[in-house]
Amino acid sequence: MKAWHFSENAYPYLPPADTYSSIRVSLPNRIYDPAKGADLYHRYLDEWLIAEDEGVEIMLNEHHQTATCVDPAAPLVLAILAKLSKKARLLILGNPISNRRQPVRIAEEMAMVDVISKGRLEAGFVRGVPYEILPANSNPVRMNERHWEALDLIVKAWTTHDGPFSWEGRFFHQRAVNIWPRPWQQPHPPIWISTTSPSGAAAVGQRGYVQATFLTGFEGTRQVFDGYRRGWQKGGHKGPVPIDRLAYAALVYTAPTEKEAHAGAEKLLWYVTSNKVPPHIANPPGYVPVAANLAMMRGAEHPLSGFKRNATVQGAIDSGLMMAGTPDQVFQQIKKVYDYVGGFGHLLIMGQAGYLEHDDTVLGIKTFAREVYPRLKEAYPDNTPSWSPAPAVGAAKFVGVGAGP
Amino acid sequence: MKTSTVKLAGIDVEVFEAGSGNALLWLHGANGFDPAHPFVKPFAERRRLIVPSHPGFGKSGLPLWLDRPDDIAVIYLELLDRLGLARTAIVGCSLGGWIAAEMASLAPERFTKIVLVGPGGVKVGPSDKLDIPDIWAMPQEDVNKLLFHDPQRMATDPAKFSDEQLSILLRNRETTALLTWEPWMHNPKLKHRLHRVTAPTLFVRGASDGLMTASYVEAYAKLVPGARVATIAASGHAPHIETPAAFAAAVFPFLDAPGSAR
Repeated sequence: MKAWHFSENAYPYLPPADTYSSIRVSLPNRIYDPAKGADLYHRYLDEWLIAEDEGVEIMLNEHHQTATCVDPAAPLVLAILAKLSKKARLLILGNPISNRRQPVRIAEEMAMVDVISKGRLEAGFVRGVPYEILPANSNPVRMNERHWEALDLIVKAWTTHDGPFSWEGRFFHQRAVNIWPRPWQQPHPPIWISTTSPSGAAAVGQRGYVQATFLTGFEGTRQVFDGYRRGWQKGGHKGPVPIDRLAYAALVYTAPTEKEAHAGAEKLLWYVTSNKVPPHIANPPGYVPVAANLAMMRGAEHPLSGFKRNATVQGAIDSGLMMAGTPDQVFQQIKKVYDYVGGFGHLLIMGQAGYLEHDDTVLGIKTFAREVYPRLKEAYPDNTPSWSPAPAVGAAKFVGVGAGP
Repeated sequence: MKTSTVKLAGIDVEVFEAGSGNALLWLHGANGFDPAHPFVKPFAERRRLIVPSHPGFGKSGLPLWLDRPDDIAVIYLELLDRLGLARTAIVGCSLGGWIAAEMASLAPERFTKIVLVGPGGVKVGPSDKLDIPDIWAMPQEDVNKLLFHDPQRMATDPAKFSDEQLSILLRNRETTALLTWEPWMHNPKLKHRLHRVTAPTLFVRGASDGLMTASYVEAYAKLVPGARVATIAASGHAPHIETPAAFAAAVFPFLDAPGSAR
């Protein structure tokens, strides 16, 4: 198993939540102090490099017009890390290719990072959460179609080496694609896709890319991974899905004592509880299928929404959203999710959020890396086969329909 | 009264028809068409009322290649051919008004009279301000205030809808987003084509319409040769639904008056 340190570059210095209607999209940027923001950028970069020193891999992502994640151009941060880091794999999860208009430009950015880092890039692609629609002015309808066409074009740009090719698709048009540089890794960097729906995961499994799912808990994660396994079979891949195709992102905080761990974990909950977004921004028309919208209008809700109303560390642990405690407790909590969902080979650790200060963040990273990670690597080698667990009794009625973070 | 399915450009388009006499092609707005809408009876009493459900609305199909109102305009010119209507009067409401304006600019000779009710389709104001408010960036209560003169009376409660009705409503919203997202609620080319329109044209606006302001509709009407604007008091964006009697009283004299294309 590989573990990845993930930080969203949050800007937590906000007025009381009852003074604004949304932390995303519409929160005025006069609230943002560039001086404090600069310190945060430097601090978060330092934390990624500390994670690398501890043997943990690096992961980052991208959001727009939000205090929760002030990283609207993740390839820029990725480029900084490509130079400053030495050995860690660099996972961007990911490029919002349904919202960016120039897939070829993304192919170029990723190829550059792959070359600068000498082949350490893991290139992730996301559909983008619904709050990304307005900042990108992106049509919420047919995002999946754009997503797959953009990815096909990017892969072709990475793997064509004999001069220009042309592309006349449904959504993207290029007359002469011939990127410089080409990627370091051949035929191209590993591809990751995040989705939180079983049908989306099936499409990823069919192609054999790495599947990541975020905060989907015990039941949702099991269903996403089952979806992936169905797609994997349909795509004609031989044998069972190895665990290194499956990634789960959870809030993780490890400390020497349970008391310290829960205090840190409490601060990590900011990631869930701070996400104040009104429905019209959280669910633009066409982002989810008609049937899912109908279910929501009839009262179904995303498991995270219910959790958010009464977010506690213990509740998060019980739901499989969080692993927090002493090293042994965290190992057992990871094992419990692992066993329930049929195994996964990547733990994406949301290890910093909100007011979790630098020293506490570093304590969490180091305690995990030194006391938990070696046990995970020993227990779950990357080539371990995943498996399809027996169907759960009383499975959740509402399966995730959104995308990753 | 009947609903049939017509295959146009490979798309199954649901077409409602009622009444007899001179044909009137009616193009519905973003909310879609319901035969129970209050304008149906008065118009079907005096015209052969033809109401297609736009591709992606009601039960009409939606192919992957279709994504703008002018795509639908071309499909509906084919519908006129199919129905054997060399010329017809047309009423277009909101999004349907945009489609009607596209049709009239593409094939002006096909229309005898044109009524555009709170139509979208053009951009007349400054680039740093939306001409038409972004209905997807505000809560539904606020949208209702822009849509209706009397939101209390007019706003529908989706909880009372059947699953089938709700699914259609949700699909209509989705298709509206697809068609109008970017550029928002307009086709930058349309205003450079409207001078081709030849039929007498009436713009109708509810006095309380919060989406299409009076200045927007007036500027739009100036783009169409000889067009004039009728304002319906105590009505909002859909006067044919909110105040059907006042709407009919404003529109029938225009439709009935002699005179057609210049």
